[in-house]
Amino acid sequence: MTGAGRAAGDLERREAREKVTGRARYAAEYRPEGRLHGRPVPAAVARGRIASVDVSRALAVRGVVAVLTHENAPRLAAPQDPTLAVLRDDRVPHRGWYVALVVAETPEDARAGAAAVEVVYEAEEHDVVLRPDHPGLYTPEEANGGHPAVRERGDPDAALAAAPVLVEAEYRLGALHNHPMEPHAATAEWRDGGLTLHDSTQGGNAVREVLAGMFGVHRRQVTVVAEHVGGGFGSKGTARPHAVLAAMAALHTGRPVTVALPRRDLAAVVGHRAPTLHRVRLGAGPDGVLTAVEHLVVTRTSRVREFVEQAAVPARVMYGCAHSRTAHRVVALDVPTPSWMRAPGEAPGMYALESAMDELASATGVDPVELRLRNDTDREPDSGRPFSSRGLAACLREGARRFGWEGRDPRPGVRRAGGVLTGTGVASATYPVLVNPSRASARAEPDGGFRVAVNATDIGTGARTVLAQIAAEALGVPPEAVIVEVGSTALPAASLAGGSAGTASWGWAVHRACTELAERLAGAGGRVPPEGMAVDADTRGEADAEVPWARHAFGAVFAEVRADTVTGEVRLARLLGVFAAGRILNARTARAQFTGGMIMGAGMALTERSSIDVRFGDFAERDLAAYHVPVSADVPDVRAHWIEEEDPHLNPMGSKGIGEIGITGAPAAIGNALHHALGARLREPPFTPDRVLAVLRRTPPG
Amino acid sequence: MEPTAGSGDPADAAGATASVVTLHVNGVARTLAVDHRTTLLDALRERLSVTGPKKGCDHGQCGACTVLVDGRRMLACLLPAVAWDGARVLTAEGLSEGGRLHPVQAAFVARDALQCGYCTPGQVCSAVGVLSEAAEGHPSLATPAGPARTGGGLPPPVRLTPEEIRERMSGNLCRCGAYAQIVAAVGDVAP
Repeated sequence: MTGAGRAAGDLERREAREKVTGRARYAAEYRPEGRLHGRPVPAAVARGRIASVDVSRALAVRGVVAVLTHENAPRLAAPQDPTLAVLRDDRVPHRGWYVALVVAETPEDARAGAAAVEVVYEAEEHDVVLRPDHPGLYTPEEANGGHPAVRERGDPDAALAAAPVLVEAEYRLGALHNHPMEPHAATAEWRDGGLTLHDSTQGGNAVREVLAGMFGVHRRQVTVVAEHVGGGFGSKGTARPHAVLAAMAALHTGRPVTVALPRRDLAAVVGHRAPTLHRVRLGAGPDGVLTAVEHLVVTRTSRVREFVEQAAVPARVMYGCAHSRTAHRVVALDVPTPSWMRAPGEAPGMYALESAMDELASATGVDPVELRLRNDTDREPDSGRPFSSRGLAACLREGARRFGWEGRDPRPGVRRAGGVLTGTGVASATYPVLVNPSRASARAEPDGGFRVAVNATDIGTGARTVLAQIAAEALGVPPEAVIVEVGSTALPAASLAGGSAGTASWGWAVHRACTELAERLAGAGGRVPPEGMAVDADTRGEADAEVPWARHAFGAVFAEVRADTVTGEVRLARLLGVFAAGRILNARTARAQFTGGMIMGAGMALTERSSIDVRFGDFAERDLAAYHVPVSADVPDVRAHWIEEEDPHLNPMGSKGIGEIGITGAPAAIGNALHHALGARLREPPFTPDRVLAVLRRTPPG
Repeated sequence: MEPTAGSGDPADAAGATASVVTLHVNGVARTLAVDHRTTLLDALRERLSVTGPKKGCDHGQCGACTVLVDGRRMLACLLPAVAWDGARVLTAEGLSEGGRLHPVQAAFVARDALQCGYCTPGQVCSAVGVLSEAAEGHPSLATPAGPARTGGGLPPPVRLTPEEIRERMSGNLCRCGAYAQIVAAVGDVAP
C-alpha cells in the first residue's frame, strides 16, 4: 500500500536542489537589458466609467517612462476572454479592474507613479450581494466544464415526498481565493517583431495563442517560457491580465517590462472561487438507502464573463438513487470575475452533499461510513455508464481501519474535557479523470542518453520527475538516463497543468514517443546513428476519444477536531485521507499533492473567509493578513494513503489525476467532526470562533 | 552610509533620496546607492540579482522573503535597505556555498519539503533561524513553562519537538501545503 510502482516509485524531485538553494528562477526574475517595471492602477469604483484620467503628475514622477491608459494603450484585437480586455475602453465593470499601467525604471518609481495617476470616475450604483432570491438569477446553458446546468432523472419531487426519511438542509460557502505563493508576474520583451514572455502560468501554449491573437502576430513569433511557477491552483490556468499588460508596455516603450502583481490586487483580477448557496434534499429509507437526491446551487458571476461553479455536479456521480435533480442558477453582479480554483464544482459541491449525508446518518442512526457503503454504486447514476473503476468502498474501509473509526460513539456533544469538546467525522471525496491531447518528442543521443521534450508546466507537482519516470519505463532505462525539458512553447505543444490532467496528458504523449523510439531502436539493433534518433508523438484523436466509461477518482477523508466552547476556536487534531486514483506513479510527489489538497480543504473549513464589502463592492480580505491560509500550526497531523487500483481504461500509465481530489472531502469531514463534537451543526464554513459561539448560544451542548 | 544626492550641505542632504550602503551579501561586500524607499528585498532582487528571497506579499505576511541578517531571521520586505548599512545578509544561495547543501537544505530535499518552491528559500532560512533560536533558549508559545530562573547564565536550549517546529515555522506560508514534510525536515536537523 505504499504505491511503489513499476516506475521506480519514490524519486527525488528533479528541481529540488535548485529550489532549496534559491536558484530556481520565476517569471519576474528575468532581467533583460534595460528592463522596466510596470505597476497597474486598480479601479476605485465598482461600476461606472472613467470620466477622465490625468497622467501629468504621474509622468512627472522621477523614473516614470510611460503611463498607459485606455486613451493611449496599443490597440489590440479583442480577446475571446473579456477579462483580458484591459485598457481598451472607459468601462469599469468591477472594483479592482485595471484602468492604467505605470511603467518606470524601478519598482519604487512605478509605485509612486501609480499613486500619482488621477482618475475621475462616473460611478454608477453597484449590485454585489448574492441572494437566493435575487431577481437577476437565471439558468445558464451550462456550468463550468461543459456540464449541463440542469439534470433530472425519475420523479424527484414525488420520491422526496414519499421518502420515509427526508433530510433537507441549506449550506452557504463564501468566496475563496487561490493565492498561490508567487503572485502573477510576467516579463515581456519584443525583439524583431517577436515576443518573448516569461510568464507565471499553468500553460504556456494557451497564453501564446491568446497573445498572438491580440497582438496580431503569428504564434511562431511568440515564445512563452514558464520554467518555474510558484503555484497556481487554477488562477494561472489561462492568460491573465498581467501578461497582456507586460506585452503591451514592452511594445509601447520598446524596452523589456516586468509586471508583477501586488498581492492585494490578486483577488480582483486573477479569478476566485465564487460563493455558492446550496439546497440539498435527500430522501431515503429507514436503512439510509437513498431513493432521491436533489442538489440546487445558486451562485454568481461577474458582468464581464459568465463562470458557473459546477457545484451540483458531484451529486450526479456519487451515490446510486432512482430519482434526482441537480441544477445551477447564476446571477451576474458588479463583482470581480470568478474562475477556476482547485476542484471547481467538486470542492464546494462535496462539502454540501457530504454534510447532508452526515445529516442523513444522524437522522437514520446509520454509521456514516456504513451509510456511504450502502449507497455505493457501480454505475454513474446520472449517465448510467459503468465506472471504469470505483474505489470508494475500499477507501472508506481502509480509512476507517487506519483512523480507528470502529467502536466510535455516535452520540454528538458528549466528549468533553474541561471546556473542550472532541469529535470525529468522515466524508467521501471525488474528482473526475480528465485528459487532453498533447505532443511530445523523444530523442536517443549517440552517447546513450535520452532527451524528452514536452511543454508541460511544473507548478509544484513534480512534472519533470514523473515524466522522466514514465519515459524511463517506456524506454527500459534508468530515469537518470533521461533529460526532460519542459516549460517553453519552443517545445512540443502540450495542454495546461490543470484539471488534474497534466501527468495523464503529457505522460501519454511521452509514453507514446518513448515506446515508438524504443521499438525503432530495437529495430536498429540498439545502435543510435551519429545524428541521434528522434520520434514525435501526438495523442490527438486518442486522448480525447469518447469512452463508454465514467472515469473518476474517489477517496475518503476522516477528521478529528477539538472545539473550545469558551473561545469558539476549532482546532484540527487529525486529518487522514485514503484515495483510489489508479496507479500512483511517484509516491512522494503524489503524497504531497494529496496532503496539500487536504490542507487547502482544511483552510476552506476553518480559516479562509472572504466577504464582499457592500459599500465598496470588492473583497474585504485582500491580503494574507486578512485572508487566512492555513499555517503549519493549523495542521498538526495530515496523512494520505492510497489503495492500488488497476484500471485499464485510463491511459498507458494507468493513472488518474491527483492534484485536486485532496481538497474535496476534507471540508465536510471537518464539518461533520465539528457536529460530532458540538452536537450542533454549522452549515457555513469557515467555522470561525464567532460562528461557533453563535451556534453554541442557540444550542448549548450536552 | 552617505547621501548621494546634494552637495554635502546638510540642507541638501535632508532632501536626498538615495544613499550609499555596503551590504555583506552571502559573504561578499556589495556597495551600492539605494533609493531610500528600497527594501532590503528589492535591493537584493532588483539591484544585486539575488533572487532567492521571494516577494510573496511585500507586507511581512507570508515569510517568502525571510533572510538571515546578522544571524537572525528577518523579513527582507520590511527592512529599508538604507537602514542596514554594514549588515551581514545570508540568503538560501549563500547557505550552500561551494555547491554543498546546508544540512537544512539537504533535509528539505530528502523529505521533499517543497512543491512549487516559491516559499522554499524563505522556509530554509527560517529553519536555520529556528535552530539557532532554540539553541539559544528562546521560548515560543509551544514551549512548556520551566521553573523560574534566578541569577545569570544562558537559558537552556529548547528541544525542537514537532509542535515547537510547527509553531516556530508558522510565519512561513506554504500554499502547496508541504507543512508535514517541512516539519519533518527541520526535525531531522534539530539536535
